Amino acid sequence: MSVPISAYLTLAAVLFGLGTVGVLITRNIIVLFMCIELMLNAANMALIAFSRALNVMDGHVMVFLVMTVAAAEAAVGLGMIITIHRNRETINIDRFDLMKW
Amino acid sequence: MADYLFLIPLLPLIGFLINGLLIGRLPKPVISLVGCLSVGGALLLALLAFFELKGLPVEARVMQQVLFAWIPSGSFHVDIAFLLDPLSAVMILVVTGVGFLIHVYSVGYMHHDEGYGRYFAYLNLFTFSMLMLVLANNFLLMFVGWEGVGLCSYLLIGFWFEKKSASDAGKKAFIVNRIGDFGFLLGMFIIFWQVGSLDFATVMEKAPTAFSFGGGLITAACLLLFVGAIGKSAQIPLFVWLPDAMEGPTPVSALIHAATMVTAGVYMVVRSNVLYMMAPDALLVVAIIGAATALFAATIGLVQNDIKRVLAYSTVSQLGYMFLACGVAAFSAGIFHLMTHAFFKALLFLGAGSVIHAMSGEQDIRKMGGLRKYIRITYLTFLLATLAIAGIPGMSGFFSKDEILWQAFSSGHGSPIFWAIGLVTALLTTFYMFRLVYLTFHGTERMDTETKHHLHESPRSMTVPLMILGVLSVVGGWVGLPAVFGATNYFEHWLDPVTAKGSELVSESVHASGGGNAGLEMTLMFVTVLLVIGAWMLARYMYVRHTETATRVREKAGGLYTVLLNKYYIDEIYGFLIVRPFVGLSTFFWKIIDVLVIDGFVNGLARLGALSSDLLRFVQTGRVRSYATLFAAGVVLVIGFLILR
Repeated sequence: MSVPISAYLTLAAVLFGLGTVGVLITRNIIVLFMCIELMLNAANMALIAFSRALNVMDGHVMVFLVMTVAAAEAAVGLGMIITIHRNRETINIDRFDLMKW
Repeated sequence: MADYLFLIPLLPLIGFLINGLLIGRLPKPVISLVGCLSVGGALLLALLAFFELKGLPVEARVMQQVLFAWIPSGSFHVDIAFLLDPLSAVMILVVTGVGFLIHVYSVGYMHHDEGYGRYFAYLNLFTFSMLMLVLANNFLLMFVGWEGVGLCSYLLIGFWFEKKSASDAGKKAFIVNRIGDFGFLLGMFIIFWQVGSLDFATVMEKAPTAFSFGGGLITAACLLLFVGAIGKSAQIPLFVWLPDAMEGPTPVSALIHAATMVTAGVYMVVRSNVLYMMAPDALLVVAIIGAATALFAATIGLVQNDIKRVLAYSTVSQLGYMFLACGVAAFSAGIFHLMTHAFFKALLFLGAGSVIHAMSGEQDIRKMGGLRKYIRITYLTFLLATLAIAGIPGMSGFFSKDEILWQAFSSGHGSPIFWAIGLVTALLTTFYMFRLVYLTFHGTERMDTETKHHLHESPRSMTVPLMILGVLSVVGGWVGLPAVFGATNYFEHWLDPVTAKGSELVSESVHASGGGNAGLEMTLMFVTVLLVIGAWMLARYMYVRHTETATRVREKAGGLYTVLLNKYYIDEIYGFLIVRPFVGLSTFFWKIIDVLVIDGFVNGLARLGALSSDLLRFVQTGRVRSYATLFAAGVVLVIGFLILR
């Protein structure tokens, strides 16, 4: 008796929703970043669940790809955050409005 | 045999390139040498070509040299090619001969001018263009020369461009000429449309079959070509630029505005004589405009006080004479007068230049007088030219003018009215020319002491051309002795090959009445000469013997005198009727159409863009979270749409 796929998908949806809400409401750029990771991993979970349910490997491959991209993104993103922090003495996302009209 | 023809225009072009490219780097003697030698070389070649042509049998007197195909485009084919026939032979001799003398004269006249190199470069360019004009074997290449001389005329009239009046006069000449050129172009279009070629020989060959005799198209083509001639040769109503052209250096007036360029219109009409013979209505228009201009300009010349302006109006008047000759189908008489006129009018202008030189730049004849004691050579040569233009028997002008008068009277296209106008013009010409001579060279000395102190004869380089032209003014007419004297009119027979084809077309009507009555011709000639001498004596009476008569006449004539002095207010009338409305229209287009409508449309578009961006930019908050919210909302919307669809 295994766990039904709907449970995995529900968990993924909940995690994704949490991540989205986090991105929308948080001001701390680090937290915002973590929320993005949360969304990515929610998507990964859904992919693996489908992969297992359908008995194909495509989802696993996709997950590896997403994880690689997420790692690269984290490296670049954190580098940028450090640079911005050095220049502006803040990591409040609402203060980064240089492009504003 | 004609493979050196292209060298004739090429030499002055080389001169122009040397002088023009090395402006300010050559010493004056080199400039003069290049300038004069290039034209002198062209003169020698022209003489060589002339004698080679003369050596050919009469029917074969045509030399053509095709250099290369210029515009080979389907059925439209134009060559760079030169044509030497009796007509262009006369023209190249006049252009290079008189041109060479004027180049030599310029060496002395322009010696102190700062733009010496520029001057000779322009002058050589002019000679090149003029030779292209007369040597071209098709209408289009002729048009190239036609425009070239117009350009040089503009450049040389405005030679002293620091002077506002000079640069204005240059612009005026150029713009007025453009009106004429427009007609020339349209005329060419009609010819090409109907004949399918612009080559002179082909056009003249095919014209009798391509056009119907006296039909609307041929008349229109001739009239349009004549519009070009009107502009170039300063006839009514486009003559206004020529008197103003006197702002240029005097040798330029002599070369361009007396001897060569302004006669291009006459040359073109004679060159297309076959076309004109086929359009009697156009011929009549040519004759009427010529006669009217001759008389009209002569009356203005009566009262002008600027020595060069008198000569300018005289030139306009004499050009009218030439067109009168063409209009009565006496084409050879027109070219004959063109040639003698080139001699004596160039001499008159150069003489006037010598006077101005002696008078330290003064041009007003009211401030001259008694100059004959100081500048003898100038005086004598000027007098010779005056006798020639007045038509005193034996001088060149007598033969050419008499030929025109007789043809105007007797030719099938002529009428006694044309003869009478010609005669009156001849009398007026005699009167104003002797008035000019007497006021300038005779009577009391009216210049101030400073000028008087500086009076001197011009240098040798100026007086020698004067003397040569003086001789030519006398003997130049002897090549065309009237048949009635029992002599052979060599000149007319020389041009026969050119004019024959045209006269064949209408031989029945013209030759029946022409050529006849020797007794009548002698009588008319005698009357003319008597009246001319009468006019001379009248001028002598008024300006030498009883100078107060002139003042009395002037006071009596009152209003008429003022009208003449102000040139019938033609410039003012044109200013009011044409220039002012045109400026008004241009201002309307500028202020209303251009600034308001066109600029308004373009600027309005830009402003619309700016306005909409002003509104839309509020969407771009620059805040990451609002972007993310919109993004999420968008995703929800899309997915919702996909699910609920």
